[in-house]
Amino acid sequence: MKSERTSDTAFRTLLVLGGIAVSVLLIAIFLSLLLASRGAIVANGFRFITGSEWDPVTNSFHSLAFVVGTLITSLIALVIATILALALAILMGEYFRSGPLSAIMRTSVELLAGIPSVVYGFIGLFFFVPVVRVLQAALGLPPFGVGMFTTALLLAFMILPYSASIAREMITLVPSDLKEAALSLGATPSETIWKVTLPYASSGIMGGVLLSLGRALGETMAVTMVIGNANVLTFNIFAPGNTMASVIANEFSEASSNVYLASLIEIGLLLFVVSTLINIVGKVVVNRMAAR
Amino acid sequence: MADTHNGAIGAASTRVRKMDAAVTARLRGDTAFRVLMLALSFIAIVPLALILVYIVVRGASSINWAFLTQLPKPMGEAGGGISNAIVGTVILIVIASVISIPLGILAGIFLSERSQSRLGTVARLSVETLMGIPSIVIGIVAYTWIVKPMGHFSSLSGGVALAMIMLPVITLATEETLLLIPMTLREAALALGVSYPRMITRVILPSGMSGILTGVLLAVARGAGETAPLLFTAFGSPFMAANIFKPMESLPHTIFYYATSPYPEWQALAWGASFVLLVLVLALNVITKLVTSRWKIQF
Amino acid sequence: MKISRIMAVTLVLGIAVAGLGFSQSVELVGAGATFPAPFYSKVFDEYSKQFGVKVNYQAIGSGGGQTQLKNKTVDFGASDVIVTDDNAKTFPAPFVSVPMVAGAVTITYNLPGNPTLKLTSDIIADIFLGTIKRWNDPRIVALNPEAKLPNTAMTVVHRSDGSGTTAVFSDYLAKVSDDWKTKVGVGQSLNWPVGVGGKGNPGVAGLVKQLPGAVGYVELIYALQNSMPFATVKNKAGAWIVPSLASTSAAANVTIPDDVTKLNLTNTEAADGYPISTFTWILVYKEQAYDNRPKDKVDAMMKLVWWMVHDGQQYAQPLAYATLPKGVVVKAESILKSVTYNGTPVLK
Repeated sequence: MKSERTSDTAFRTLLVLGGIAVSVLLIAIFLSLLLASRGAIVANGFRFITGSEWDPVTNSFHSLAFVVGTLITSLIALVIATILALALAILMGEYFRSGPLSAIMRTSVELLAGIPSVVYGFIGLFFFVPVVRVLQAALGLPPFGVGMFTTALLLAFMILPYSASIAREMITLVPSDLKEAALSLGATPSETIWKVTLPYASSGIMGGVLLSLGRALGETMAVTMVIGNANVLTFNIFAPGNTMASVIANEFSEASSNVYLASLIEIGLLLFVVSTLINIVGKVVVNRMAAR
Repeated sequence: MADTHNGAIGAASTRVRKMDAAVTARLRGDTAFRVLMLALSFIAIVPLALILVYIVVRGASSINWAFLTQLPKPMGEAGGGISNAIVGTVILIVIASVISIPLGILAGIFLSERSQSRLGTVARLSVETLMGIPSIVIGIVAYTWIVKPMGHFSSLSGGVALAMIMLPVITLATEETLLLIPMTLREAALALGVSYPRMITRVILPSGMSGILTGVLLAVARGAGETAPLLFTAFGSPFMAANIFKPMESLPHTIFYYATSPYPEWQALAWGASFVLLVLVLALNVITKLVTSRWKIQF
Repeated sequence: MKISRIMAVTLVLGIAVAGLGFSQSVELVGAGATFPAPFYSKVFDEYSKQFGVKVNYQAIGSGGGQTQLKNKTVDFGASDVIVTDDNAKTFPAPFVSVPMVAGAVTITYNLPGNPTLKLTSDIIADIFLGTIKRWNDPRIVALNPEAKLPNTAMTVVHRSDGSGTTAVFSDYLAKVSDDWKTKVGVGQSLNWPVGVGGKGNPGVAGLVKQLPGAVGYVELIYALQNSMPFATVKNKAGAWIVPSLASTSAAANVTIPDDVTKLNLTNTEAADGYPISTFTWILVYKEQAYDNRPKDKVDAMMKLVWWMVHDGQQYAQPLAYATLPKGVVVKAESILKSVTYNGTPVLK
């Protein structure tokens, strides 16, 4: 009896340790990022976020170019992905709730989610880049091929599975008596979707959009391969650029001075904080919708 | 009289025709909307078809026995294989699994058992946050924790980085699954005098097996495809991996390095490696689906 | 009970992998320049065949090589440029730089018909400053009347990583163009006014090959192995020089200063020398007994580097790198002999 009680206590302690471990892990990650970047935080000050110059020759490091690059690529990707995800969600959640078409769509979306980032980058380099180059030539722009627009296009498909599956879930959560009421009043299915389903599910879908944004912000390898790696501040969506994640991937292993390395880690810290905030807000919104 | 009658009919019929027109327009709009949704959905899955076809066509042709069993050749020389990358990825995943599976399941059980406690709230928030950390940031952390103090790049550090990526996937899957198991089952076990640890390990965990396994497989699939955190942890190596304290090659790293090179032979190797990686990752996904459909928790 | 089975299997696998961890063969890890990477990967491959010592060389760029040596995460670093004094002060201990081979930085491009273009230093500077924007710019056409230059936009491709190739190239441009000197400067990583970035020499070559109208700078062998065209450049003596093994060797044939690390091959007086040439270097700590490094590992590494400046040189010419001139080999020998283990020289 006694041994059973000790094993009982030991087991409960083990479980608690598991819970503590994951919490400590997160705190440790945050603290070590903070610690490793403190040299840069002191040296760069607040201008780190507002300045645009990233010049290893003069050791002046500011991240605005990368923040803007991240925002431009992620937001364009988000717009494209949201439109496509809504279409998929409406198709799978309203028109074809079951049946072969729905199964094909669902499996395809799941497979899209499973493809590794570096493979997306490879495909991007050999398929999206030439396509965008033709487009740029047609528009009379310098035909880089690589650049922020190409990246956004690629990112859109990479985050699509997340936004699509959340949007579908949110749409299926809409009570059917609401939809039936609309239909019985003579609304067409599309009107029901526009005026009843989507407004009801909108907050949940917004949450899903936020969660996808979190994904897009931190995406690294595919971005590094197609964005063109130019450390200049630009708002031209067809120009080559760099994101926070891709500049770390490019320069981390060769940052020659301590403040250079610390500045890269500071970008990592910034990325960590921003994606964490976006994720938490997204989760809260989605959970509130699910609880309704 | 006849005129007025006719007039009334005429007015009514115009009204009906007008209504007809409105209804037709609405119905047309409905069809148009449906077609638009279908078209957009197909656009959404075009890249998938593209990726699969592209990689199968270009990748399968570079796959042969030498490709799977040989080491890479010096730069610019033709031939060579990716056996070091295949073995490296397997070893990295094993290291990551040894760390993340026990800890992940443990934390998952804790979350499902103590979700209401203060520590439970903190732990859940932590796991959900871990899930959202960009993998490149995990790479930085693994570098500062292991590579820097140990003084060299190693597959161990790469494995730890992958473990941090896999951990939240496993934990959340475990928690979600265990929460589905009905209270009655545990009450029955406890009423029979089974101790708490035995109840968890012999009753709750086996019933949640499929869900946990799904989480583990998804985590492995995700870990196997990660590149960013390996750039400055596992680093890379042209040799067969033999030592977990030394640098090691991995499939995604090989693809990244070869894909951006100018050599057509290397790009062919990259297509082949993509094919191998894709088969590995998609096979894991398919197995996951089979596991879920076969052993779905049903009560 | 499947759960415990999974755990058991992973544990056994883990132990098996850890067991592999104790394999004892000497393996050296180096990282750095992509510029000499084709030569290094050939030499290290031969060396492991002949002597059974594995050398894992990761071509991550000269900046990466210096940084990783500074962090002591590699056994040796490789760089195309001598570490600046300011940067050398941030290293934890003194280190030496040993010359290996010389190579040429070529201007390569992607144009229909792969023409060989003649370019002067100020045109090259203006291309990479973004002042010349189109291929049919009158200044280029005037020098190359026979080439059919299209009216396409130029896409400048530069390095995205810290690069010795970039340092050499910018050193040359700063010497020949005041504009370059004031607007961009010299360094391994630059604040580029225009263009897209590729990772490593292979990345730049890959992008140039992929983008019509692109122009970039890579080591000669990358252009040769990929049949990419490259420019003939006017040197200081006023001669048009095709980058080649011969013209690189000619550039390397200069009076050797007492301090061999002061050797600079850009824009030299050599009449037949290609003006954008450089030696490439391997960096090792002067005192090797740090971080409990075993003696046999240090021996193996020093033997390797010694072999590279002697027997290893035979693999340079087939890859279009210029071998070390006799005088430089002598200097390299004395540098290598200055490397110690607990105060006693490793090589005798």
